[in-house]
Amino acid sequence: MSTKVYMEALSPTMEEGRLVKWLKAEGDTVKSGDVLAEVETDKAVMELVARGEGIMRKHLIPEGATAPVTSLVGIIAAADEDISALIGGAAVPAAAAPVAAVAPVAPVAPVAAAPVAAVAPVAVAPTPAAPAAPAVDGGRVRTSPLARRIADEQGVNLSGVQGSGPGGRIVKRDIEAAVTSGSANLVAAHAPSATPAPTPRRVAGGPEFRDEPLTQIRKTIARRLAESIGPIPTFYLTAEFDLSRASEMRTAAAELGDAFKVSFNDIILKATATALQQHPEVNAHWLGDKIRYFDTVHLGMAVATDDGLIVPVIFNAEQKRMSEISAEAKALAKRARERKLKPEEFTGSTFSVSNLGMMQIDQFTAIINPPEVGILAIGAIEDKVVVGADGGFEVKKKLRVTMSCDHRVIDGAVGAKFLQTLRRLIENPLLMVF
Amino acid sequence: MAIITYREALNQALREEMARDDRVFLMGEEVAQYNGAYKVSKGLLDQFGEMRVVDTPITELGFAGVGVGAAMVGLRPVIEFMTWNFALLAIDQIVNAAAKMLYMSGGQYNVPMVFRGPNGAALQLSAQHSQAFESWLAHIPGIKVVTPGTPYDAKGLLKAAIRDDNPVIVLEGEMLYNTKGEVPEDDYIIPIGKADLKREGEHCSIITNGKMVLVAMNAADQLAKEGIRVDVVDLRTVRPMDIEAITASVRKTNRAVVLEEGWELAGIGAQVVDYIQRDCFDHLDAPIIRVHQVDVPMPYAKALERSAKPDLAKTIAAVKKVMYVD
Repeated sequence: MSTKVYMEALSPTMEEGRLVKWLKAEGDTVKSGDVLAEVETDKAVMELVARGEGIMRKHLIPEGATAPVTSLVGIIAAADEDISALIGGAAVPAAAAPVAAVAPVAPVAPVAAAPVAAVAPVAVAPTPAAPAAPAVDGGRVRTSPLARRIADEQGVNLSGVQGSGPGGRIVKRDIEAAVTSGSANLVAAHAPSATPAPTPRRVAGGPEFRDEPLTQIRKTIARRLAESIGPIPTFYLTAEFDLSRASEMRTAAAELGDAFKVSFNDIILKATATALQQHPEVNAHWLGDKIRYFDTVHLGMAVATDDGLIVPVIFNAEQKRMSEISAEAKALAKRARERKLKPEEFTGSTFSVSNLGMMQIDQFTAIINPPEVGILAIGAIEDKVVVGADGGFEVKKKLRVTMSCDHRVIDGAVGAKFLQTLRRLIENPLLMVF
Repeated sequence: MAIITYREALNQALREEMARDDRVFLMGEEVAQYNGAYKVSKGLLDQFGEMRVVDTPITELGFAGVGVGAAMVGLRPVIEFMTWNFALLAIDQIVNAAAKMLYMSGGQYNVPMVFRGPNGAALQLSAQHSQAFESWLAHIPGIKVVTPGTPYDAKGLLKAAIRDDNPVIVLEGEMLYNTKGEVPEDDYIIPIGKADLKREGEHCSIITNGKMVLVAMNAADQLAKEGIRVDVVDLRTVRPMDIEAITASVRKTNRAVVLEEGWELAGIGAQVVDYIQRDCFDHLDAPIIRVHQVDVPMPYAKALERSAKPDLAKTIAAVKKVMYVD
């Protein structure tokens, strides 16, 4: 009994993975659950585990190569089993496969979607457009397990089969009919192609530049952010907050001991969570045909890492005390920089905050992380001379905050009201304890 | 081969086993003088005497416990409950004494005994006296549970139960006692833990047990007229369950309806479905459908009782649904 090893979707948004290292060499004995390889997804380095047992007979892609999700990357089988048919019939070119042909998902991939098994193994190989409308459910072909197995055995491409079961489910008789009538769209056989090692090298005497292949995380950033700025009608609201009282509070708290030390960022996160709870109209997801408003606040916080941007989530932030938010934010940022975040730790946010204040950026606009509908961009805190209550001059700590709003959900006045609440909280931090 | 009733088949089993082994005795309410509430023990008092056919007071916990004690010291008691609804009073002896004695004595005391009696609904006996207890009893490690659906199976399984060195529950049916079937007069036993393919077809498997076997067979006849040929897998024993027979049938037909007399939640059918999804996932062409009693105490009113019970029409509808022909 052989087990095919597929490139699995190890993160919710993963469409392809780079095989960093095979941990089971060809010829090694494999038990179900053993870690076969390390795979770099779009967000982190994850473990690919065995779904069956036997001998690791064949690696179908070399270390360093990239393969689309659901493509065949290895074979586990008994020592003496003939696996030539498996290798010849199902492998997909590794680095060369165009990503777009592999996963026909909707333009904006919902963050929480795409469980591991969501894409059919047989639907992997790039194929021409389906002739008839298949039973597709969010990128997934609906079939009975039996129909899927028969299609796999006979090499029938399910996306071309019309389902006759409930909801268009493809059942055994549909596969049989497709095969009998000759209308079956057969999956083309590919031989595994040699994969170029993507290691960048500076050529001596060559031009003063180097080509660096895109890392998975960089590709994801590019795709997701382009998705965002394109279809989302964004507008921006900027406000300047007075941090005098927040600053006093922070100093006073720090004098009570290390346990009470918090950063300005922690205060902003806490205030944002509190304000969002009062303004569910901006704590929402745009889902295409509906808007989902959240009663709870899962606050994303953008973290810069050596590899790029990642947005870990403080869940149920509105229920957490400032010290809890502070500790959690610190821990998440550390784990993000170490690339140790689990997928569930960076998905599911309802609103996000991005802070470049520590980089001396006065103000900026952040790009919305869909399906969220708003993000706050936090600038640097600086001392400014302002006109005081008595007409004289005063020095105040000032902070510029810019909110990016998805106009499909948030109108100008709605966003402004949210910022008013946020201002009241940040300028009067005592309110956060009431 | 003689055609006799289920009742007579049980009577033959008791008679043959008591004659074969003088450690076997029958005890329960009305089993001796009155020949049994359902006449299963008819004539046994005359043949074997009052030391081996023993009338008890209305004390289910007491005589079940006497039975466990007798079994521990070497006898092979058969305890009759007038119905399994009354056996609720004895459940501590069944679950905590009989089922666990071998384990808790470190293998020193086995409990070779039988608890038997009618199970499930008859007609208009209302909420307290119409219950099917298969899944309750089958839940307990340490006991075996058999549910004969035909006279042939009743005799063979009761004899196997009496000869087994462990406590065995025999769930009979009041509505089954008068059903007739071919039963050999000679000695035979049906191995505990083996299902029986009562009808062979290729389109769908009906997996069932006990009284529902008759419903499944009727459904098979009806469906055959429409060209739908079904396997009827009679589990016969619900603990231990014959997983191989279930999965072999479903691998062949790719579709399954699981029919049982009891309620849905944590029912026997739930376990059957689990085995199927685990072992036959890639063979399924349709979701599995269960047919069972509606999730209410059994109503007394005739029409309501009828609609609460699993029946022929519900079974046929379920088969058509998994066949995608409804």
